[in-house]
Amino acid sequence: MSNATLQSPKQSKWSMVGKDPQTIPIEQIDLSHPGIWHANEFLPFMARLRKEDPVHYCADSAVGPYWSVTKYKDIMEVDTSPHIYSSEPTIGIVDTFEKFTLPAFISMDPPKHDEQRRVVQGVVAPANLKNLEALIRSRVCEILDGLPLNEEFDWVERVSIELTTQMLATLFDFPFEDRAKLTFWSDVATAIPGGGIVATQEERWQAIQECMAYFTKLWNARVNATPGNDLISMLAHGEATRNMPPMEYLGNVILLIVGGNDTTRNSISGGVLALNENPAEYDKLRNDQGLIPNMVSEIIRWQTPLAYMRRTAKVDTVLNNKQIRAGDKVVMWYASGNRDEDAIANADKFLIDRPNARQHLSFGFGLHRCMGNRLAEMQLRIVWEEIMKRFSFVEVVGEPERVYSSFVKGYTKLPVVLHPL
Amino acid sequence: MVKILFIEHSGEEHPVEVVSGGSVMEAAVNNAVPGIDADCGGFCSCATCHVFVNEQWLDKLPPLGPNEDAMLSLSPDRRENSRLSCQIPVVDTLDGLVVTTPEFQF
Repeated sequence: MSNATLQSPKQSKWSMVGKDPQTIPIEQIDLSHPGIWHANEFLPFMARLRKEDPVHYCADSAVGPYWSVTKYKDIMEVDTSPHIYSSEPTIGIVDTFEKFTLPAFISMDPPKHDEQRRVVQGVVAPANLKNLEALIRSRVCEILDGLPLNEEFDWVERVSIELTTQMLATLFDFPFEDRAKLTFWSDVATAIPGGGIVATQEERWQAIQECMAYFTKLWNARVNATPGNDLISMLAHGEATRNMPPMEYLGNVILLIVGGNDTTRNSISGGVLALNENPAEYDKLRNDQGLIPNMVSEIIRWQTPLAYMRRTAKVDTVLNNKQIRAGDKVVMWYASGNRDEDAIANADKFLIDRPNARQHLSFGFGLHRCMGNRLAEMQLRIVWEEIMKRFSFVEVVGEPERVYSSFVKGYTKLPVVLHPL
Repeated sequence: MVKILFIEHSGEEHPVEVVSGGSVMEAAVNNAVPGIDADCGGFCSCATCHVFVNEQWLDKLPPLGPNEDAMLSLSPDRRENSRLSCQIPVVDTLDGLVVTTPEFQF
């Protein structure tokens, strides 16, 4: 993914942190700057746009002019019209620089997208997941059993990161002892220079090249071996992918790392936070663990671990009475559509027994709909089943720290104390 | 009223009777037939209302549209008789329709 080229310090003239969402002139509302996401101030700005200017043009921002689409039904229209709204050249808000661009099927249109995606989607298809469930559960149990009781620790580091990293290592058949590299590369891929992970664009690029070298080694080993059931073997032997240029291989690898890592990680953390902020819902869960599958969908809606996807208009078009020109950037704010009262009743409430909980935008819709959605749901379900067998309360004991990004919506730290049953 | 028989992957049968007008997906969801998720709510954009249509009914259905074809092409379980049930309107001529739900929706 190429969302990571925004060069801006945390103190920026573009930041809306501390501004009044009700009185700021509407043309100045700019959801793209990471400041309000990092400071957890984004919700009222999105609510105002949904009400007053649902397809909103921001003429001037650190990333140039762009449209913000904030209503559920408009997002659905954009997401399901790839002939009008292209995923090329990138799905990140920042235009790509050629030197730092990695092609991957998330930023391709049909037919190439469909061909490449078909090669790898089998690994996360439900039939294959059934075989993975026991392994995932044993790893979840091992992680949870190793946690301290009645003592503060960081849930993000000890549970969310560890679990999703182990899962990724399994899907790639990646050397297990080196798995921390996967987390690092995932963070680097979406990092904003100066945002905490890397200092400069060059530093970021150097890390990505290390990733490239590592995965080239794995490709070379597997291309001549009997095809295994892992993602690298699938790419190395797949009809549509085995001759792909090295950069495209790397782009798809990074896509699969980020797709399978940040998102589930932040939904694991987000669920703990949501239940702490809504104690009545935590009680519902304690009384009926049969609610877990439904709660998982609600957590994914509530968290919306990727705040947006970007499209680029291929032709002049009209969206909800706004004239969009060919070439315009169009950003679908899933994080806003998931709070749209016109589509979701009580959208601002976290309700683990919500009817139609699966009808949320977090996975996107249409041809680019999240490929790993069933894997994500399964991981979250198992995590909560095993948490409830062990702990009466995963108590959040301090302010969470949030990712400095308007794309990856998540947590860098969540201090908790575990209370046993 | 139009009768539709949903057969689960396990073989369990769920007969429903609905008025014409909605979609086969809605007939399933409104009658709590398991095995149809319909995450997108009927916009032909998630492929989680996938069904296998009993052969004798295939030529009575409206033709496969390009969007439906594209969404189905991403399903590893697709067969010749695969359709998205949100794209099959319930009409009187489909009285007696038989569809099987796949083991998994993806």
